[in-house]
This record gives sequence, C-alpha cells and structure tokens, in this order.
Amino acid sequence: MSSPKANLETLPRSVQFALALGLVALAAFPFVGSDFYLQMVTRMMILAIFAMSLDLLQGVSGLVSLGHAAYFGLAGYALAFLTPAGEPVNLWWTLPLAVLASALAALVIGIFVVRTHGIYFIMVTMAFAQMVFYLFFDNKVLGGSDGIYINFKPDATVLGWLPFDLENKQTFYFFTLACLLGVYAFLRRLLWSPLGRALAGIRVNEHRMRAMGFATFGYKLTAFTVAGALAGLAGYLWGAQTGYVNPELMGFHMSAHAIMMVILGGMGNFAGAIVGAFAFEFLLHEFKDLPTLGAFNLGKHWQLWMGLFIVIVVTFAPRGLLGLLSRLSARKENAAPRPTRAAAPATPVVPRKEGSHA
Amino acid sequence: MHEIVLSARNLTKRFGGLAAVNNVSVDLWRDRIHVVIGPNGAGKSTLTNLLTGDLEPTSGTITLGGRDVTNWPPEKKSHQGLGRSYQKTNIFAPFTVWENVRLAAQSRDPQQPWNPWRWLQDASQSAGTLARAERAIELAGLEGRRHTIAGAASHGEQRQLEIAMTLATEPLVLLLDEPLAGMGVAEAERMVELLLKLKKDHAMMLVEHDLDAIFTLADHMTVMVNGQVIASDTPAAVRADAGVQAAYLGEEH
Amino acid sequence: MDLANFLIQLLNSVQYGLLLFMLAAGLTLIFGIMGVVNLAHGSFYMLGAYLAYALSSQFGSFTLAIVGGAVLSVLFGLALEWLLFRHFYHRDHLDQVLLTFGLIYIFEEVRSLLWGDDVHGVQIPDLLAGSIPLTETLSYPVYRLFMSGVCVVLAIGLYLLISKTRLGMKIRAGAFNRDMTEALGINIKLIHAIVFALGVALATVAGMIASPISSVYPNMGSQVLIMCFVVVVIGGIGSVRGALISALLVGLVDTFGKVLLPQVAGMLVYMLMAAVLLWKPEGLFKQ
Repeated sequence: MSSPKANLETLPRSVQFALALGLVALAAFPFVGSDFYLQMVTRMMILAIFAMSLDLLQGVSGLVSLGHAAYFGLAGYALAFLTPAGEPVNLWWTLPLAVLASALAALVIGIFVVRTHGIYFIMVTMAFAQMVFYLFFDNKVLGGSDGIYINFKPDATVLGWLPFDLENKQTFYFFTLACLLGVYAFLRRLLWSPLGRALAGIRVNEHRMRAMGFATFGYKLTAFTVAGALAGLAGYLWGAQTGYVNPELMGFHMSAHAIMMVILGGMGNFAGAIVGAFAFEFLLHEFKDLPTLGAFNLGKHWQLWMGLFIVIVVTFAPRGLLGLLSRLSARKENAAPRPTRAAAPATPVVPRKEGSHA
Repeated sequence: MHEIVLSARNLTKRFGGLAAVNNVSVDLWRDRIHVVIGPNGAGKSTLTNLLTGDLEPTSGTITLGGRDVTNWPPEKKSHQGLGRSYQKTNIFAPFTVWENVRLAAQSRDPQQPWNPWRWLQDASQSAGTLARAERAIELAGLEGRRHTIAGAASHGEQRQLEIAMTLATEPLVLLLDEPLAGMGVAEAERMVELLLKLKKDHAMMLVEHDLDAIFTLADHMTVMVNGQVIASDTPAAVRADAGVQAAYLGEEH
Repeated sequence: MDLANFLIQLLNSVQYGLLLFMLAAGLTLIFGIMGVVNLAHGSFYMLGAYLAYALSSQFGSFTLAIVGGAVLSVLFGLALEWLLFRHFYHRDHLDQVLLTFGLIYIFEEVRSLLWGDDVHGVQIPDLLAGSIPLTETLSYPVYRLFMSGVCVVLAIGLYLLISKTRLGMKIRAGAFNRDMTEALGINIKLIHAIVFALGVALATVAGMIASPISSVYPNMGSQVLIMCFVVVVIGGIGSVRGALISALLVGLVDTFGKVLLPQVAGMLVYMLMAAVLLWKPEGLFKQ
C-alpha cells in the first residue's frame, strides 16, 4: 500500500483560523438564514457528527467500515419505536437509550468483525450492515420498506421544567450545534489520550503494537463500539429532525456516503470530517438541483455527476480538502510549524508523498 | 547470576513437508549474549518468530521466567518480559522518534482500553511512561533526534530507534535480529558498546551475520544450518569445530 | 416436504449457488491476484442483464446475444482495467472502495441513459422453454437446468485454465510472488488485464443467463453483490475452489431457508458467515 499513513492530526494555524471562522458563521447562521436553509444546515451538522464517528474508525484507527450506517439508522429506529403516535417522548432518557442500543449493536457485531483484517473487514462490515438492513426491510413489524414516522420531536422537560423546546427550529439547530461541538471536543481529547495514541499506532503498524504488548483486539473493539455509539447520537438527531426513518438510513449507500465525507474533508483530525460532511451534502444538493439543458435533465442524473466527482477526488486528491489546504499553506509558511504540545511534540504537517497514486 | 531466563526445548516448525526449524533447543541466560548464526535460509528468523509468538511451534516448548509460554500470543509474551527488535526496520514512520519510543513505553501502563478514563487522559502526561521513554532514548543515544520524523531519520538512527523501542518496554529478554545490519563503522561500534552495556541486566539473543562483531559480543554461540543446530558452545569452541568450519565459517574465509 | 419438492429446492439451490459462483469466482480472483476490492462487480451483473435484453431484441436471438455480450464484456473489462483499475492496485483499500463506489453510480446512470429505467423481461429461447416433469403435478424448468449447465461448463473451464494451462500457471505464479514473476520475464501487466477481463466477463455472462429468470431492473446488482461478498468471505479470498463450495453452501442455506424458516430467511446466510468467521477468520480455504 503506497498511501502514507501519516494523518493531519495537527492543523496549521491558518487552517485552524479558517475553521474558527466557520464556527462563528455556524453560530450566527440561524439569525440570518431562512427556515429552509436552517433545516438543511441542521442536517449537515447531524451528518458531520456521523462523519466524525466514522473518522475515529477510519481516519484514526485505519478500519474501513462499509457498514457504519447500521448504527446510525438503529438509533433513529430506537427513537421511532419509543415515540408514541400521539405525543412526544422525553429526550433525557431516550437519547442515552438510543445511543446505548447502537453501542450494543456495534459491540456485538464488532466481536465478529474486528477479528478480521483488510479486505475481509471491509466486506464483513458491509455484510452485517446489510443483514440489519434486511431485518428491517423484510419485516412489517419493524416498519418494513416504508419506514416509520416520528410525529413529535423529543421533549426536553426535566422535573417539570422545560429548558428548551426542540419543536422550535432554531432551538433544534443550537441543540445540534452543541452536540456537534461536544462530540468534536470529546474526540479531539480522545485522539491525544492513551486510547487515541494506541489506535494511531495500530493504524500505522499493528504488528509492532502487538509485539510491544498491546492487545490490539480490545482497542479496535473499543473504537468500533465508541464510533457506533456516536453514530447513534447522529441517528437519533436525524430521526428527531426529519421525523422519519427507513431502512435506507442503514444501507450501503449511506455508509459509502459517510466514507466519502470523511475522505473529502481529510481524515484523522475530525475537523476534516465536519468539512467533508458539509461539502458533500452541499454538492449532493447542487447536483440534484441542476437545470435541464435542452432535452437532458442534468439534475435527474445526479448520480453520474456524483460518481464522476468521487472518481476524480479519489484519483487526484486522496488526502481531501484539508490536506490540499494544508499543503498550500505549508508552502506559504516556509518554516516548519512549532511544536504545540509540551511533552509530546507535535507531528508537523507531513507532506503527501509524491507518486502515492501512480 | 547466570540464571536461565528463557529456555526453548526441541522446537520444530513444519510448513507442509518442510521443517524450517527442526528440533532446536536454545537457552538464554542473564548477563550473557547468545548469538545465533547460520547461512541464509537456516531458520534463524523462523526461530525468532517462534520465540516471540508470531508463529506457533509444531512441537516443542518455550519457558520464560519459569512459565510455559509455548503458545502465547506476542502481546502476552511481551508482558512476561520478552522484547524483540527487527532485522527489517519496523518502526512507526509517520511519528516522531519521541512518539515511537513513548508509545512503546505506554505499553507498560495498565492497558484497559475500555476504561473511559483512558479516553480522556493526556497520553503525554503519564509519569511512568515518560520516565521509561526517557531512559530508552538516552540509552539508545537518540536525545538529539527526538523531534525527527522517524521515517525521515537516517538508517543508522532508525536502527537505534528499533533498539530504543524494544528497551522502552523494559524487557528481561532481548531478541535482537541483526541489530548491526547496514551500519557504518562508527555506528556499528556505538551499537556494540550499547549491546555490551545492556548485557548486565538482560538475557540477550542476537541473530547476526557480522563475524567480527559476533566474536566480540558472544558469550555463547549457536550455529544453525537447514533448520538444525549443528553446534552450540563457546565462540572459541565453535570456531574450532570442524563441522562448523566446513558448513559455514569455512565458506566465509 | 416430499421428495419432489425437495428435489426442486435442491436443484434451485444448486442453480443459485452456481450462479453466485460465477460472480464470486471473478471477484475472488481479482481480490486474490491484484488485491483490488471492487464494489462495482454487481454492476457488471446488471449490465449483463441489460445487454441480454438489448442484444436479444437487436439480434432476435438469445444465443447471439450471449455470445455478443460475452465478447463486449471482455473488451469492456480490458478497457476498464487499462483506464482505471491498474492504477489502483497499489492504492489503499479505502481508495479502491471509493473508486468503485463512484463507478457504481456512473454505471447506473450509463445504464439509465442507454436503456432507461424500466423493468424488462427477456425471452427464453424456445428450445429451452420447456419443463421436465417430476411428478403428476410438478415439473422443473429446462432453462434453469441450462443455467446450471452453463455454470458447470464455465467452472470446469476455469479449473482447467488455472491448473492445466501455462497461462494459469503464470496467473498462479503472479499471485504468489509478483516481483519474481516479473523478473522471469512474464508480462505481469498482461496477466492482470486478462484476469480482470475474465472476472468482468464471468459476472456479465452470469447476468445475461440469469436475466430471463430474474428480469432486468435498475439496481439489480446490489443484492447480488452482497451475496457475492459473503460467498468470498466464507470461501476465503483468492480461492476459486473455496468460492465454489461456499457458493453452493450459500445457495443451499438461502433456498432451503426461505422455504423452511421464512421469517429469518434473510438473515440465515449472514449467520452462516458469522459462524464461519468465528471458526476461521480468513475463510474456509484461504490461500
């Protein structure tokens, strides 16, 4: 395999600054955007959480899962099953329960799947996710191919007091933003923790990690489960926001889109996953909205543009947008970036090896 | 002082019909360097892999620190005190030299990947890990190269890093696969000095080709040819052995 | 279940298994020899079915359609390998996953542009349209036997190719030790191109011969792709023999499962895969 296993774990200052600006824009958006765009950006943030969860698995640990959407969809379904037809259900116990359900599913499937490597891992994660898909698709009792509606957003009442009303679109937006930031902060912390460092080591050289005494199975299973739990958080929010879940949420296309988002933004630092999710959703939206040129409805054939885009990105920009930006800014700043951590020195930006995609 | 720390008895490894290692016995003592030599294909690497747990023996036993570790996986053996460095440099190329050694040292911290506390601590703050890593870096002579990206370090530095990573896990037994491979004269001298320094506190086995270094370092020598041991004695005795001369040393002169 | 019904289900199992084998054989060879994961393999199956529809309408003959389609698929496979895939043999699996996922989209759209989105049927040629009576009331379609027959012939052909011919020897050598093979002067690039084209052709022909039974509809590639992956995982990557045994096993479990345990039928095959993985994480016959 020729692609360098170095990740962009520490972003150059200029990129960090740009991301901070992005955050400000996100926080200010509800005050300037229309309702329609508010919902779209909320959805993008939810997908960003989903993408970050996959980044833990794929970017940090080097585990390419083609079935991550299973845990996303399961939590959405959990909310659907818990919400009665006529009234909302309480946020504070259904959210943890749904996340727990996804975590549990990830743990159980993980026990089978984490023992495999390489191509096998990719295939079995896909297979198990498809199993979950068909479980819901084939059984009317679980909603079948039609899916299930969630008629009310979760209710945030605690001990008789309502701190915020999720039925309000702006409030939901900020709740999602808070979750996004919380997950980001958690994952950044995890990245530099003993678990995170071990996972990075496993990605780069699992054999040596075992020789040094790390029981890598346990670490990988932990990553798989935590990633599943976080995907569940995103799935719950998705169900709450859209009010509808169907088996496609657990399907192969959803998993592949998530992979694309993580790659597009740049793997291994979680900010890339956020950028990638936004960029991907935006592109998808644009492709579907393309006008009709003569007799040719460009928008109807969005899959063609999306397919070509994916092929082009993977051929020419495998390190994603942040990778590209970082190389550009590294060329501008001539000196190497200073280490930003006291005892553990930073990994300065590692230039992409030329010829890695000959 | 010369207790047997690791003992392998009648180790055999068959691949199909071929016995890559055939009825090999090896003892490693504290404060002694045991060198294993032999032509290419003699089974030295296979023997090393059997000892580390990368391969399972077809038959035979391995005892480490008094315990039967014959079929233990590598990570378990590591915690029982086994350390190994590789002939083909096997480091974490994208990480800095420091991070390579720190990660190796982290293996001695209580593992517990499930423990959420271990997801929130700062990995660079564990006192025990830092102390171990510092010691290993110092011993290997890499203080000045901490911040170098391991993949960008010189070949000799990478070989030093190999040793440092092995030392950071504080093993009792050191299995070193061609530690001098590809080194220049000055680097090789430094490495030999280091190996002699390490001798006192470790039981060491070296697989080596460099004959001069071997005779400097070896307290005991085993010669393997075609998977079997043809001699196992003091270096002087081995050198004088006619069978060894014919099979191996004779060709080198 | 009486004997006649059992026989029918058994024949169905074998037919389905053999069809899966045709797809899985190509997939496992391409994985095993070039190390490429190809999610678009199911798309070749789909394209095969649409080709059968389009060419048999064009030529008025199913047989000509199959032959023509086979030739086209070999050319297509060679072109695809030369243009795209050969540049990805050394890339990360992740990049390969993405590339081939993008291709799935592209192939679906190309199909949509060429032949539209409607569901089509393909006529079984008269010669093969009959049924063989088993009991007074039950009979078995000749065409399904024909399908199994074609698959068996191709399986034997594949076996002979790989174990008895010089090309097969080169293929096996290339899988075992690429650099050495190149050093011996064997054109490894050509070998790879041939193996790839072979895989594409097998999948396309599978789609073609299956089309009268399965109909021709958009997205028909995805379900068969998953089954294919399961077969390869159970059988072991790179093992054609493993793919055969595994495909027949999957065919049996799936077919009898649908009849005997319909509620869990969809999950049975995955449970089989899970069980195999617990016992042998690299498949039954891993090289």
